[in-house]
Amino acid sequence: MTLAEHIHYMGPALTLFVGAALVLLADLVLGRRAATWGMALVVVAGGLAWNAAQALAGTSGEALSGSIVVDRFSIFVTFIIFVSAFAVIAAAREWLSRLDGDAEFLALLLISAGSMALLVQSNDLITLFVALETTSIAQFIMAGIAKTDKSAEAGLKYLLTGAVAAAVLLYGFAFLFGISGTVSLPGIAEFVRSGPESQRLPLILAFVFIAAGFGYKMAIAPFHAWAPDVYEGSPAPVASFLSVASKAAGFAVALRVFYTGLGGGDTFIAQDWAMLFGALAALSMVFGNTGALLQTNARRLLGYSSIAQAGNIAVGLAAVAAGSTMGPSGVLFFLGTYVATNLGAFVAVTAVAERLGTEEIEDYAGLMKRSPLTGGVLSICLLSLTGIPPTAGFIAKVYIFNGAIAADQMWLVGLVALAVVNTAISAFYYLRWVRTMWLDDPKDAVTFRPAGPTQAVLFVAAVGVLFFGMAPTWLITAAQRAAETLL
Amino acid sequence: MPPIPAIDELSVTLAHYLIVSGVIFGIGVVIALAKRNAVAVLMGVELMLNAVNLTLLAFSRFSSAFPAGEEPLTGHAFVVFVLTVAAAEAAIALALAVLVYRRRETVDLDRVNLLRW
Repeated sequence: MTLAEHIHYMGPALTLFVGAALVLLADLVLGRRAATWGMALVVVAGGLAWNAAQALAGTSGEALSGSIVVDRFSIFVTFIIFVSAFAVIAAAREWLSRLDGDAEFLALLLISAGSMALLVQSNDLITLFVALETTSIAQFIMAGIAKTDKSAEAGLKYLLTGAVAAAVLLYGFAFLFGISGTVSLPGIAEFVRSGPESQRLPLILAFVFIAAGFGYKMAIAPFHAWAPDVYEGSPAPVASFLSVASKAAGFAVALRVFYTGLGGGDTFIAQDWAMLFGALAALSMVFGNTGALLQTNARRLLGYSSIAQAGNIAVGLAAVAAGSTMGPSGVLFFLGTYVATNLGAFVAVTAVAERLGTEEIEDYAGLMKRSPLTGGVLSICLLSLTGIPPTAGFIAKVYIFNGAIAADQMWLVGLVALAVVNTAISAFYYLRWVRTMWLDDPKDAVTFRPAGPTQAVLFVAAVGVLFFGMAPTWLITAAQRAAETLL
Repeated sequence: MPPIPAIDELSVTLAHYLIVSGVIFGIGVVIALAKRNAVAVLMGVELMLNAVNLTLLAFSRFSSAFPAGEEPLTGHAFVVFVLTVAAAEAAIALALAVLVYRRRETVDLDRVNLLRW
């Protein structure tokens, strides 16, 4: 392989890394906030273009002596991550114009998104760990960057929990390395497929540790404690980036390790880790939904709701392991629709906070009269989070639950039943919020319009939610083709 | 009086290393979860990471037991990366701890509680 080919394989991530340096340089030379903001957008667009070029050219295979791999799966998830990074930067225009250190923030966000792209491409444990930590460390700084009391506290809490989770993950990696004798995921897969029954217990120990480490990234219970605090305390653009891109990368890398690395759904330990993710899914849904019922702060509610949604996605992970072919594509499709849904909701909440200076749900009373666009998009996104047709959230839930039932195992059917009950519980707090916006009277006659770029992001998010809800075929096909390359 | 065991019966095996590293990891977990001071939590995390390093090195050292027979330096290389990342993480952690201390005059996690439930 030539150097140019290696660079082409890592292109999307490299674009963002180089772009991060250029943004810092531009800030030094030009010193204009609009210029750095525009540049960051161009950089992410460049990364997306390179990603699209890889997809069109059908690039696939290993690079850097098998340390990274490009396939439809990595291209699909990279696309999700970069789209959310683009939307977050676009919607953060106003907030950035007030922030002390806006270029640093943009550079960190680019580094974080670039490392996520590298993370979903990584094909051995060392690359995976370094990429995971690079994206995490950038996020720790971003969470604390506003330097207010709440932001600093969110940053410190995010970091301390993240450091513990990383150490636990590493301990699992160390054992996986010790048992199988290799750090490359295909090598580990080969070892697991050879069916070493005597290594069953050490292997279970290793993947319990690994699941705990990834569970933190995905924000699934019982590794979720940081999520509501960080989503409420960190600056709004950071929270929206974490809730979408970080979660997508976490689930993608878990799919990669457990599906490719631990040999997919037909090995002797598949049933064990399927049960593990089933239990985590059940816990997440119950904790997330009961927690969300009690919340009065909009962002904190979205934090708990994202834990519950992670539980829904984890149902797909459990189905993966149980040998259901619909499992991985269900997870990918859910992640794709989740970008539009959750980002729309977070950006709408941010817009309200910018204009009305409040995040309490009772202050959303009569939002439809204040700003029809913000209220309308937020309503659509909340309906999608509940899973009501014709939104994308409905199709995504049906797809994932269908995949779990198709695995034809009693405990998975029970898990889906629990998920349906939880959907009913979640409808209570989502729809209560929608009712507040539509039916209650506003306290005063203040009306507002979000900033231009924010309006564009809101509009695109709503169109995405409705489009994937009514015409999901394209995204489902893409998700299925991406999932096929995993094994 | 029992006979003195031969030298190779006394030799340190993989199991010894794994037990020691497991104990260190356990101590690290307890410190990280029980201590209320942010800096003490960080020390717990460092213990956990070093336990991981010891595990990796032990596996690498006794790699003749490996089924796949990977070249024995992989574990050593992994350790170098773990050390590097741990240093970066500690730097950011201390910066954030200083930021919190400047604003709140404390890094006691029980009193850093604006965000709760």
